[in-house]
Amino acid sequence: MTAESVSASPVRFDSVTKRYPGADSVAVEELSFEVPAGEICVLVGPSGCGKTTALRMVNRTVEMTSGDILIGGRSVKEGDPARLRREIGYVIQQIGLFPHRTISQNIGTVPALLGWDKERIAARAAELLELIGLDPEYGDRYPAQLSGGQQQRVGVARALAVDPPVMLMDEPFGAIDPINRSRLQNEFLRLQAELKKTVLFVTHDVDEAIKMGDRVAVLKKGGHLAQYATPTELLMEPADDFVEDFVGADRALKRLALMRVRDVDLWTAPLAQAGDPAEPVRTAVAAAEVPHALLVDAENRPLGWLSARDLDGEQVPATPDSVADPLIDADSVLRDGLASLLQSGSLYAPVVDARGRLAGVLSVEIVSDFLASDEASESELTAAERPHD
Amino acid sequence: MSGTINHGLAQLAAVDQGFFTDRSGGGCIQDNKLFCPGWVADNYDRYVHPTLQHLVLVGSAVAAGFLIAFALAIFAHRHRWLQTPFLAGTGILYTIPSISFFFLLLPITGRGALTAIIALTAFNLQIIFRNVTNGLRNVPANVTEAATGIGMTPSQVLWRVELPLALPEVIAGLRIATVSTVALATLAVFANGGGLGTEIVTGSNITFKTGIIVAGSIAVIMAILFDAVLLLIGKLLAPWKRKQALV
Repeated sequence: MTAESVSASPVRFDSVTKRYPGADSVAVEELSFEVPAGEICVLVGPSGCGKTTALRMVNRTVEMTSGDILIGGRSVKEGDPARLRREIGYVIQQIGLFPHRTISQNIGTVPALLGWDKERIAARAAELLELIGLDPEYGDRYPAQLSGGQQQRVGVARALAVDPPVMLMDEPFGAIDPINRSRLQNEFLRLQAELKKTVLFVTHDVDEAIKMGDRVAVLKKGGHLAQYATPTELLMEPADDFVEDFVGADRALKRLALMRVRDVDLWTAPLAQAGDPAEPVRTAVAAAEVPHALLVDAENRPLGWLSARDLDGEQVPATPDSVADPLIDADSVLRDGLASLLQSGSLYAPVVDARGRLAGVLSVEIVSDFLASDEASESELTAAERPHD
Repeated sequence: MSGTINHGLAQLAAVDQGFFTDRSGGGCIQDNKLFCPGWVADNYDRYVHPTLQHLVLVGSAVAAGFLIAFALAIFAHRHRWLQTPFLAGTGILYTIPSISFFFLLLPITGRGALTAIIALTAFNLQIIFRNVTNGLRNVPANVTEAATGIGMTPSQVLWRVELPLALPEVIAGLRIATVSTVALATLAVFANGGGLGTEIVTGSNITFKTGIIVAGSIAVIMAILFDAVLLLIGKLLAPWKRKQALV
């Protein structure tokens, strides 16, 4: 992005312990895990589990009692904390924009601390405004003139200003209403697909953790790491009762939101076009995975299901008994595909691509087989690649 | 002490012999009517020097009070436990009547403007200290947390974030201090410090109404002007405060 662009660095927690003075118990005890470069690691857990403390020890806004944290192999304990913090993006729930400085000045805070010249700061602020989808004219406004969602976007832009290799996000979308939160989450995942930062993200919301995380660290009270896994592993094989309880009884359904319909092995149905001889279609139906034939047009777009009566004649009719309803979009998440299937009361539904052409057939059985198999963990996508609409 | 007061008044009386000679004719002065315009027209030039003296008294006292109180407030911001003793200390100075302060200082600093300025400065400390401290305390915690978290040093947080945000309250403190000092500085005459007080306490006759009204009006106008200038400075330095209303 910029001349001295640093892509991302891995972050390693090495037996990190934090004991607050005067506290009976430790806030974080012997926490060890590694976040690979360019991944989003979500720290999740109930309140008081030490997740925010763990996050803040990375930029030393909380000093650890023992252990070490390494960013790209270098200990955070080396050198001056203020200098360290300028190299780490930091976003907090309450945003903390400077009310007395314009949006551009807010975004340019760290560049100014690093002594960039004015033109370069202005150019960078303009670039970041564009990146977060705010009109350039917002640059001259003050934070109080922006909505909460816009302010949080600016908070993210401020954290990205010097293209830091690591970002810390402490419940960044926690104070935003659900609709805007989902929008901001999606925007951030889109940014991440492009920027590929190493992100440590704190939340108490397990759904947000599953949506945002390439990896999820589930913390128990006292900062004990209960499980460190990909979202799918977490949902498929919770390490213990605590994690199982924390991810929720609907964990099977949650997994369905991590996959798109096109990512599972769909079934094939015998196909026929109007005017085709009926005989071969009848034979195909008898042997097929899906015991019904689909009527398609010349472009392979499904028109309807052919019943046994439709196929009684010499030729396949142009108007079948039942229309092809519902049609499932191959790009929708498995959960939504299953929902349309259940809602319509059908056993099967044709899946179509963006141009309406048949991609396969989805059945309730495919979904239950998918949940029972290990296929999910093999085909796991990164958070940024996963469906989020 | 009372000897000193009598001495002071006697000296004032000596300055203005012939003051009550009615140059403008008519019985306005003799009758000591509420306001004698003719006398003012003849005597306006006698107010120039006291007005300038008054400006110097107020300017010096507010400037010195600001520097001291501001430094104390910044120091106590770093060392919170000092806030209570500082508040108590400046509170005592604020409560001592200025006129007693003059006489307490006389043996040390003697008679003159310096004594008056010291007493007025001491009076200002509390107002300015309290406003600077409150201004700093009212800076939202999330803002200072973010400032620290993105890499500002403690002094950068103070000068780039906390003080600019405290500025409206600092200016508000300065406005109160200035207006009070303009009024209180009329007492400087009792320390022989000059100022508009000399035209209120004219000679042994403190009841010359026209003189009191003219000197008092100049003080009021001066207070309003100081206030307006500070208000303007505050607005210029805190443009973000005005724009908040546009949301």
